[in-house]
Amino acid sequence: MGVKLVHITKVFPDPHHPGKEVVAVRNVSIDVKEGEFVTFLGPSGCGKTTTLRIISGFEYPTEGEVWISGKMVNNDPPNKRDTSMVFQSYAIFPHLSVAQNIGFGLELKGLPKERIRAETERIMAVMNLTNLANRRPDQLSGGQQQRVALARAIVNKPSVLLFDEPLSNLDAKLREQMRLEIRRIQKTFGITSIYVTHDQVEAMTVSDRIVVMNEGNIMQIGTPFEIYSRPLNRFVADFIGRVNFFEGTVTEVKGQGVRVRFNHGVDREVASCSIAFKPGDKALVVVRPESLKLVSPSSSTGNGISQNASVYSHPANGQPFLEGKIDKVVYLGSVCEYEIDGGREKPVLAVTHNPIEEGFFQPGDLVGIDFSPISAHALPLSS
Amino acid sequence: MVRSKGSRWAREIRLLWGDPLLFTVVFFVLSSLIVFILYPLVLVVATSFKTPKGFGLAVFLEVFKSAYLLQGFWNSIMMSTLTAVGGSLIGFLFAYTLSRTDIPFKKLFHIIAIIPVVSPPFIGAMSIIMLFGNNGLITYSLLGINNYPIYGFRGLLFAQLLTFFPIAYITLRGVLESISPTLEDAAMDLGGSRWQVFRKVTLPLSIPGIASAMLVLFIETMADFGNPLILAGSQFPILSVQAYLQITGMFDLPTGSALALLLLLPSITAYILQKYWVSRKQYITITGKPTTSMIKSVHPVAKWVLFGVCLFVVLLILLVYLTILWGAFANVWGTDNTLTLKHFQYVFGVGFRAVVDTLTISGISTPLSGILGMVIAFLVVRKRFPGKQFMEFTSMLSFAVPGTVIGIGYILAFNSPPLVLTGTLAILLLNFIYRYIPVGIQSGIAILRQIDPAIEEAAIDLGADAKKTFLRVTLPLMVPAFFSGLIFAFVRAMTAISAAIFLVSSHWNLMTVQIMSQVESGRLGAASAFSVILVGLILVAIFMIRAILLYRYGKLGGKLLNI
Ligand SMILES: Nc1ncnc2c1ncn2[C@@H]1O[C@H](COP(=O)(O)OP(=O)(O)OP(=O)(O)O)[C@@H](O)[C@H]1O
Ligand SMILES: [Mg+2]
Repeated sequence: MGVKLVHITKVFPDPHHPGKEVVAVRNVSIDVKEGEFVTFLGPSGCGKTTTLRIISGFEYPTEGEVWISGKMVNNDPPNKRDTSMVFQSYAIFPHLSVAQNIGFGLELKGLPKERIRAETERIMAVMNLTNLANRRPDQLSGGQQQRVALARAIVNKPSVLLFDEPLSNLDAKLREQMRLEIRRIQKTFGITSIYVTHDQVEAMTVSDRIVVMNEGNIMQIGTPFEIYSRPLNRFVADFIGRVNFFEGTVTEVKGQGVRVRFNHGVDREVASCSIAFKPGDKALVVVRPESLKLVSPSSSTGNGISQNASVYSHPANGQPFLEGKIDKVVYLGSVCEYEIDGGREKPVLAVTHNPIEEGFFQPGDLVGIDFSPISAHALPLSS
Repeated sequence: MVRSKGSRWAREIRLLWGDPLLFTVVFFVLSSLIVFILYPLVLVVATSFKTPKGFGLAVFLEVFKSAYLLQGFWNSIMMSTLTAVGGSLIGFLFAYTLSRTDIPFKKLFHIIAIIPVVSPPFIGAMSIIMLFGNNGLITYSLLGINNYPIYGFRGLLFAQLLTFFPIAYITLRGVLESISPTLEDAAMDLGGSRWQVFRKVTLPLSIPGIASAMLVLFIETMADFGNPLILAGSQFPILSVQAYLQITGMFDLPTGSALALLLLLPSITAYILQKYWVSRKQYITITGKPTTSMIKSVHPVAKWVLFGVCLFVVLLILLVYLTILWGAFANVWGTDNTLTLKHFQYVFGVGFRAVVDTLTISGISTPLSGILGMVIAFLVVRKRFPGKQFMEFTSMLSFAVPGTVIGIGYILAFNSPPLVLTGTLAILLLNFIYRYIPVGIQSGIAILRQIDPAIEEAAIDLGADAKKTFLRVTLPLMVPAFFSGLIFAFVRAMTAISAAIFLVSSHWNLMTVQIMSQVESGRLGAASAFSVILVGLILVAIFMIRAILLYRYGKLGGKLLNI
C-alpha cells in the first residue's frame, strides 16, 4: 500500500535551448508506507515539484513506475488516481463559494446532495471553516484559503495527500500554526502524505521521514534525526542546518565508530559512520555547532576568558581538540553563536545554550574547542 | 539520453488519439482554418502569378510598369507610416494625460476618445467632406471657398489619424497603467526631476508598447478602405482602393490579386514584427488590477499643456460626429440646412433591408466567432497537439490580412466548385466568423493566462475529466472575457466594409456598403442617417451586453467593458 516510486526519471525539453534537455528527476526510488508523512526537501530546482506531479499524474515519467495503493498507475490520468493535491497557490475555484469548493470533488463522484452537504459540513467543522461556508474565495485571508484547499483535498478521503509548498505564501507565524494543523489533520485521518518544501524546519517538524534531493537525485532518505545527525554525505550535512567539517584519517575501527587522526595531528573517537571504514581511509567528520564545547584553553593567560566563563573546565586529557580566537559573537538571548578563527580555511561555528548562566566569551578571547564522540559523525571524504 | 523531436511529435499524436474529443475539435478547427483563411489567401497568391501561358511574373511586371499603380503602393506605405507615428504620438499623449494627471473631465475625454473605435471607420472621411468639401460647412458656408482641395493627402491623413489614434490610446493606456507608479515614485525619490523620471523611467518602459501600437496602426491604415475610397481621389491613389477597382471596375482578377499581394506583404511583415519581436520585449506582464497612479509626477504647467492638446483632439472628434448627426437631419447639406426627417424615412423605407441584413449577419456571426475564438484560445494555451503553432498563427492571421485581400480571396475561392457560395448569406457569415476570431482569441488568451493552470489541475485532481473541467471550471471563468470579446467582434462586424464590399449581393446587403454608395452618389444626408442608425445600434448592443455583465458579475462585469 502507500506510494512506491521505482527508478523514476523525468526529462524535459530545455525551454531555453531548443533541442537540449533538462533532467529534472533522475532515478528516484522510494517506498512510502501507508499513513506515513514523507517530505521532499531540497534546494530550488532540484525536482521536488516534478516528483510530486509525477505522483499526481500531471507529468508522466520518462522512465520508471509509479505505484499507488499496490497498483501501477503509470497510465492513469490524474483524475483517475486516488490522490488529492494541495497546491502552492491553493488553486481555489474563484467562481465557487467555500462550501462549493469543498464539495466539488464529491459532486463529481455523483454523491447525493444530502451526503455532500453532510460531508462538507463535517470537514468544515474540523477545519474551523463553518462560518465561512458562503464566502467567495477573494473574501478569504491567506490562512483561510489554505484551510479551504486542505479541506477540499481531504474531504474526498484520498489514499494519498500531496502538498507542494503549501505554506510558502503565509507569514511566519501562520506558517508555524498551519504546519502543526496539517500534521494534526493528517494524523486524525491517517492519510499517506507526501509533502514538498525547501524549509528544513518545516520538514523536521512534520515528517516521519525526509527525502533530501539535489539536482534531481535523492541524496538521503531518513528520519529527521538521521538526516540531521547521521547524514549520508557532504551535501546533506551541509544543506541541513549549520555544520563544521574536520578532515582526518581513520586509524582504528571500534565497533560502530572509528578513531580518527585529524589533519592537525589530534586524535579523537567518532561514534558513528556513514560507511564501513577501514584503517587508512580518509574521513570527513561532521560536528554540529551546538555539539562543540568551548573551554578555556590549556595555555590560558587569564585575560582571555570573560568573567563568567570560569564554569568551563579543562577536558580530562588536558589537550583541547582545537584552539582558536573568538572572531564574532552573536548574542541571541537563548543561545550565543560564535565564529572562531581556528587557523583553518573557514571559521569554526559554535553555539552555546543558556548564556546567562553558562556565561559567554567576547571577541578576541582564546578558547579551546572540543566534542564528544557521540555527537560526531564520519563521512567518506569523497562523498 | 537524447530524445529526438520526432518522438515528441509521436507522443503528441498518441495523446491526441487517446482523447477523441480533443482530436475531433482539433481536426475540425484546423481544417476550417485551412479552408476559410488559408485557402483564399493561397488563391490570391496563385492568381497573381497566373499568366495566359501558365505561371509567371507577367502580372507583376505590368504593375511595376504602371506609374499609377506603383504610386498607390508608395502612397499606402507613406500614409500608413505617418498614421502609425502620428496616431501613436497622439495616443500616447492622451494615454499619459489620462493616466498620470488629474485634469478635469477625464471620464468624458475617455468616452469621446473611444467613439471612433465603436463606429464605422469611414465616418472621419465623410465628415471631412461635409466640413471641407464642395458644399463644406466650413469651406463653403463659412468661408465661401469653392472647391477647396481636401481630397488627397491632407484630408486622408487627418481622417486616418482621427480614426486610428484611439486604438493607440487604448493600447498605451493599458501599458502605462501596468507600469507601477511606485517605479516613478522610486525614481523621484532617488532625486530625479519630473522630466528625468519621464525620460528615464516612464518612456523607456513604454517603448515596446509604443512600437506595438505603431505596428498595429500601420496594419490598420494599410488595410483601411473606406476613408481612402471617399477621400483619396485620383490624385492620391491608395492601394486597397486600386485593388478593389481593378476587380469590380475592370474585372481584372490577376492584377487585382497582384495588388492585394502587394498590400498583404507590408502588413504581414508588420504583424510578424509585432508578434514575434516587439511583444517579446514587453517588460510588464499584466498581473491583474492596474494600480491607480500617483498624480504628482507631472508638472502643473505640463499638465495644462497636455490638457489643452487633449481638449483640442476631443473637440475635433466631437466636431466630426456632430457634423454627421447634423447632416442626418439637414435637408440638403451645405445649401439647405433646415432640419428634416426625410433621410431617416429613407433608411427605414428603402434602406431597411440593409439594416436587417446587417443585424442578421452580425448577430449570427459574432457569437459563433466568439465561441470559436474561445475554443482556439483554450486549445492554444492549455493543450498540446501537433499543429498547434500552425493553428495559432493561421487563426490570428486575419488580424494582419487586409480585408480587401481576404475579400478578393473569397471571390476567388468560393465562386466555383467545390464550394459555390457567392451571393449567399453563408459567404458573408463565414467571412465574418473567420475574420473576427482574433478578437475572441485575444481576449480568451488574456483571460486564460490569468487563470492559474493549477485551478484546472485542481479540478482534474479532484476527479474531473477534460470535458467536466472545461465546462465546470474553465468556461465559467472565461465567460466575462467571452462577452467583452463579443462586443468588439460585434462592432467590427457591424462596421466591416473592406472585405464585405466584395461579397454583398442583391440578396444580402450591408449598411456600411449602403453608406459608401450614398456618399459616392453625393447623397450625404442619407449616408449620415445610415451612420447615425449604425452607431446607435452598436451603442444599444454595447449597453445591453454591459447590462448583462453588470447583472451577472457585479462590478467586475462593468469593469470588463471599460475597454
Ligand atoms: N515543464 C518543464 N519544462 C522544462 N523544464 C522544466 C519543466 N518543469 C520543470 N523543469 C525543470 O526541471 C527542474 C526541476 O524543477 P522542479 O519544478 O521540480 O523544481 P523544484 O524542486 O520544485 O524547485 P522549487 O523549489 O523552485 O519549486 C528545474 O531545472 C526546472 O527548470
Ligand atoms: Mg516547486
